[in-house]
Amino acid sequence: MKFKSLAIFLIISSFFLTCILSIWKIMATLQGLSFNNLNITTIFLIGILLSLAFVLIGNKINHLIKIFLLSFIFSILYFYSNEASPYWYIFGVFLISLFFTNKLKKYSMQSLKEDFISEKVIFDFITFFGIVFFAFVILFPFYIMLVTSFKTQIALLVNPLDFSLDITKSLTELFKSYFVIFETYNFGRYILISSAVSIGTVIVTLLFAIPAAYAVARLNFFGKNFLSTSILIIYMFPAIVLVIPLYTVFSQLGLRNSIFGLLIVYTATTLPVAIYMLQGYFKSIPKEIEDAGIMDGQNWFGIILKIIIPLSLPAIASVALYVFMIAWNEFLFSLMFLDSPKSFTLSRAIQYLSGDAETPRQYLMAGSVIVTLPVLFIFIYFEKYLVSGLTAGSVKE
Amino acid sequence: MSDSLSKLEKRTAYTLVLPAVLLVFAIVLFPIFANVWISFKDIELKDIRIPEPRAKKIVKSISENQSELKIIYKLRNSSLIQEIRNVQFQDKFPTNVSPINLDPRCNFQSKKVVCNFGNWQAKFRENFEITIQNNNGEIIDKKIIKSQKPILSGKADNPLLTTNFTLENFKKVFYENNFVELLLTTFYFTFFGTVGAIIFGILAAQLVNQNMQGRTYMRGILLFPYVGPVVALAYTWTLLLDPNSGTLNALLVNFNIIEQPINLLGQKYITMSILGFEFKLRLALTTVIFFEIWRYFPLVFLFVLARLQAIPQSLYEAAEVDGASPIQKFIHITLPQITAIISILFMIRFIWNFNKFEDIFLLTGGASGTRTLPINVYQQGFAVSDIGMGSAVSIVIVMLLLSFMVIYFRLIGKRANEV
Repeated sequence: MKFKSLAIFLIISSFFLTCILSIWKIMATLQGLSFNNLNITTIFLIGILLSLAFVLIGNKINHLIKIFLLSFIFSILYFYSNEASPYWYIFGVFLISLFFTNKLKKYSMQSLKEDFISEKVIFDFITFFGIVFFAFVILFPFYIMLVTSFKTQIALLVNPLDFSLDITKSLTELFKSYFVIFETYNFGRYILISSAVSIGTVIVTLLFAIPAAYAVARLNFFGKNFLSTSILIIYMFPAIVLVIPLYTVFSQLGLRNSIFGLLIVYTATTLPVAIYMLQGYFKSIPKEIEDAGIMDGQNWFGIILKIIIPLSLPAIASVALYVFMIAWNEFLFSLMFLDSPKSFTLSRAIQYLSGDAETPRQYLMAGSVIVTLPVLFIFIYFEKYLVSGLTAGSVKE
Repeated sequence: MSDSLSKLEKRTAYTLVLPAVLLVFAIVLFPIFANVWISFKDIELKDIRIPEPRAKKIVKSISENQSELKIIYKLRNSSLIQEIRNVQFQDKFPTNVSPINLDPRCNFQSKKVVCNFGNWQAKFRENFEITIQNNNGEIIDKKIIKSQKPILSGKADNPLLTTNFTLENFKKVFYENNFVELLLTTFYFTFFGTVGAIIFGILAAQLVNQNMQGRTYMRGILLFPYVGPVVALAYTWTLLLDPNSGTLNALLVNFNIIEQPINLLGQKYITMSILGFEFKLRLALTTVIFFEIWRYFPLVFLFVLARLQAIPQSLYEAAEVDGASPIQKFIHITLPQITAIISILFMIRFIWNFNKFEDIFLLTGGASGTRTLPINVYQQGFAVSDIGMGSAVSIVIVMLLLSFMVIYFRLIGKRANEV
């Protein structure tokens, strides 16, 4: 029994260490180091030795001394079993093993006797490994996007694995792709158009949504229940089935290639979500405050303007940010309605760029960075609002 | 008194709601119904312009004598399929200039030639000529004549509004469009994309929930793929997976995991052998499904995490006392608490994956076995330019969606009764 849990502990912990070291090796390879072998078996075996030594030593020496000593020995073993590698890489290995042995702190020969210890070990390491794994899988494409935009086409063709940044280069050299897309591909204009459409959508949507949401939240009228259920059903309906009729009608009305046309469509598609989010918040405002307003002789307009809006500014802000992000990221309608480069939005412009096989990939990635950054900044900065708005039940993509 | 107040309330409510309702009706509901109409028409992209009479004016001198000029109007019907009725023509001339031997369909009055050309068939063309002369024998300035543009008007049916219908589009959708394969691909994509996103979402939520420190940071990072713009993310993935110089293939080849780069987005099938059994995997479709999972598991993660955080810790403590293992805790405590949110998320993700267009379009353009129904709408409507057919596919999508919703609400309703 004890042997079984020890074996499971050794295998799982070493597996975890191997995975992290492999990720470290991949990242180092992308910095231009020429590794050709992941050496999984060797690392796995030394990892088992490391874990075994850790539990065998137990509490005989101070934890801090123990982890430093073990990590140091591990790094030396790693250095000799691995291909020639620079010292910064081995230092990284040392830090990882330090972190790993520290993680082992709660395990000892004693604790391995507990109930369900093998399940606990598995859960413990999977939790940690899972987080590292998810973070890596999520961030890796973003990392590639960013570093590609700083490379040149030739450098990438010579060695597609070398993403190291040459910091000795001047800044203009480093940011060359960005200068090019602004100068030759007119990205400044597209940023302006995208911002205008997105901000316009936010303003118009709020103008329409606030009164409607107020009516749905507070007033009694025939068809109210129907309206609030149809709001939910409508936003389940796909944009792709709207495209052909809207395209034909917009062509006949001359609304294609116009920012105004795009604005109408974006507003209409974001309205249901906006109304839904806002009415939920409006309902939570105590009714007594409004009654006081009515006593003061305010009409409905005054109540909305002077009571409801000031009280629900956080909710309105989160709806605004949300609508902004939807409009900024939108692609399908801009693909359908815009075919003159004069009226492209950022997303459409990047897609147009990629249509030309000659376009160097670093330009494409520089464009992608430009379209991604504002959204990520908004998201990181206002995460709390946005997440609470999302989980409040509104999940429009 | 209170009666008039409630009337006022109603009136206010309608004024407040109406603008939003009208806009949504015009842009969202109207097109859904318009699709039904268009899907029964034989109509192509080039036909959606309303036909109009057009004229190109050419001025020629006929003799040494510059006081006479010949004007040729190249008249045509802009449409290849629609006729224009009752075409009226009008052109202005300077003072002292008058036409000679004017066509009987026209007459000359107060410096204007007005003609009534009657009906023009589809593809109609005619070179219509007028000879003019200066009454005083002076030279006529060609430029002045040229700069005056003729005005044409006529009545034509809007090809969208005519009432000739056909069932041809639906016949084509079901019989000439590989409909079964289309449907199967759509379902594979939708089903595996949804299930994958839910599994990974639950996993991520469970992991993040265990880790107290850094929970908000992890939550933020995990949501990146969901909030990032599709275009940027799809192109980054295309670049990563590129067979020639993509990072992933280069890495795999570098570490000797594969010998030849694999074209993950451009290859329809890959033959795999597991335990001696050989089977074909839809490679490009699988890759697209993975992109889909990568992009949308964060949504599931977010909702499940919110639910997990609401589970009272005392439940787990009680289980601990009873000697439950971690797996037992997950199955008996966590899972029952999240089934409700999972079934809602399944429904939402299923419907949205079913409608997904951008992701597939940007990654493969619908090639190598990734053609789903939404992609087909675009291909029929804009690549093949058959608007009617595209609309018919849209109708199929709407019908399937409605049936999903009905089935879903039936199931959920039953379960609600059981509980």
